[in-house]
Amino acid sequence: MTTDIAAETLKLPSLDYAALAPMLILFGVGCVGVLVEAIAPKKARFPVQLVLAVLGIAASLTAIVLAAGTEKVTAAGAVAVDGPGLFLQGSIAVLGLVALLLISERSLERGGAFVAQAAVTANSEADRDQATRGSGATEVYPLIIFSLGGMMLFAAANDLLTMFVALEVFSLPLYLLCAMARRRRLLSQEAALKYFLLGAFASAFFLFGIALVYGYAGRVDFAGIHAAVLDSPNDIALLYIGLAMVAIGLLFKAALAPFHVWTPDVYQGAPTPVTALMAACTKVAAFGGLLRVLYVAFERSQWDYRPVLGAIAVLTMLVGAVLAVTQTDIKRLLAYSSIANAGYVLVGVLAISKAGLASSLFYLVAYGFSVLAAFGIVTLVRDADGEATHLSRWAGLGRRSPLYATLFTFLLLAFAGIPLTSGFTAKFGVFAAAIEADQTWLVIAGVITSAIIAFPYLRVVVMMWLSEPGESTPAVSLPGALTAAAVTIGAAATLLLGIVPQPLLDMTENAAHFVR
Amino acid sequence: MDGYLGSYATLGITLLAGALVFVGAFSANRVLRPRRPSVSSGKFESYECGLDPVGGDWAQAQIRYYVYAYLYALFAVESVFLFPWAVIFDRPGFGGAAVVEMAIFVAVLALGLLYAWRKRVLRWA
Repeated sequence: MTTDIAAETLKLPSLDYAALAPMLILFGVGCVGVLVEAIAPKKARFPVQLVLAVLGIAASLTAIVLAAGTEKVTAAGAVAVDGPGLFLQGSIAVLGLVALLLISERSLERGGAFVAQAAVTANSEADRDQATRGSGATEVYPLIIFSLGGMMLFAAANDLLTMFVALEVFSLPLYLLCAMARRRRLLSQEAALKYFLLGAFASAFFLFGIALVYGYAGRVDFAGIHAAVLDSPNDIALLYIGLAMVAIGLLFKAALAPFHVWTPDVYQGAPTPVTALMAACTKVAAFGGLLRVLYVAFERSQWDYRPVLGAIAVLTMLVGAVLAVTQTDIKRLLAYSSIANAGYVLVGVLAISKAGLASSLFYLVAYGFSVLAAFGIVTLVRDADGEATHLSRWAGLGRRSPLYATLFTFLLLAFAGIPLTSGFTAKFGVFAAAIEADQTWLVIAGVITSAIIAFPYLRVVVMMWLSEPGESTPAVSLPGALTAAAVTIGAAATLLLGIVPQPLLDMTENAAHFVR
Repeated sequence: MDGYLGSYATLGITLLAGALVFVGAFSANRVLRPRRPSVSSGKFESYECGLDPVGGDWAQAQIRYYVYAYLYALFAVESVFLFPWAVIFDRPGFGGAAVVEMAIFVAVLALGLLYAWRKRVLRWA
């Protein structure tokens, strides 16, 4: 008879398809992408996949714009559609589109930045053959679309289980993408394996944290947890340990110290366009999830988690800044810079206020555009063996290619937070929000580390402009239309958000309200 | 034995008892056994049915077995969701929508199978 009871009490959840459309479109396009991969002739796959992916993201973005202003919880409480959620989804779509341009570049290297068969033993005859002659994998398109869809769901998830599913949906494709670099196959495979093992480890922490929070609150949805924080009769230790473990899972994805150790290796080993995607979009998604968990579910525990996460923010900024000084590889340098920047976003997050939320959202977008352009330029500096990422090779680049050296200098200054760049506006925003919330110690640490991390940036600038180009200084390849577009968009956004930040600031202000 | 975590006490006691039996058995073994230390090398080699051990212990599994794991995951997940659906889909209030939803779900999984088939993963060669 139990089935009868189930049939009576079990109701189909009501789905607001308009609000879910951005994610549904992407997952649908991903499935069509797999179909194309299975059916379309080999030659046609690349153009079909590229057009399909671009149209899919554009359609998803349209759905997000149409849904603007919605504030509701749908799908039986599993998905929240609100200002921050839609803003984050929009950012993921736009940044994802720019990253897709970098990923689709095929004029720099025959077949693009990816190999067709990542499972071929590295450094074998077949592997060398496919690295130099083989066509590129077009499976990357469905993978990226699935990943972007998962990120969007992650930023909108309104209960911990949906969040976990979304975490896996966007992580698994990234693990695969990391392994597909055309050059330096061993490094790429190593990066993928490291990312996979550590990511699985972090997911396990996250899941265990969910179990403990469920043990405390008896619910997994954020509104339920919010209510239970005040009046649950259960042992408060369950809540603390659960929150800590959930936070570890999220901090790992956002690359915050001490859960950052995977970042430099993975950023270095992964194909550079994928690194750009991870640095921009994954960061947005990870902080979106972190914001929702901290602001919606555990808002009433803020006095408990704020000092701990504050210490993590300080540690992250310090580790990122200090270790960036010692780097000799441009991709690793940018990885440590990305770690330090994650620390600055966390300063904004920890304001636990409307201003904190708005400034974090602004920071994520501003940083995303800059880092996409920076990695875009890294893909251009190359010699016969592929990208020349060792810093010594960048000496004298200003003489060889003044245009790209100027652009890169500008982007580095944006990372350092020089006025008239988006980096300044963004940093000012998060620091102002933190001071308003009496978190002055975070701001002090932030300013000191900003001064430290300016050193490695300026060292690269000095190297590019004041050194003579040597025998080993590589040429800067002429970018194809796609890379040129991506770099231009990224650099232009960095400049515009520095000079006229007001429209985006207004947008983040208006968006900064979570639905519970 | 009450309170939220109290129900775990049984598990804890079982684990403790298990540890005690383990330690007790090995201690008894140690006390009762004769002591004959030997320097000859044979005593420290792994036992392989009386033959001399050959080769290393690092064996690689055939990569093509992953197809089994792949298909298992595909159909196990599918059937887990099909069972509860099969019990209730003909009841009032579920009808056509439930059938269509399950069709979409199965179609998405079948897509994976189609992809594997087209990529000739299913051929044992």
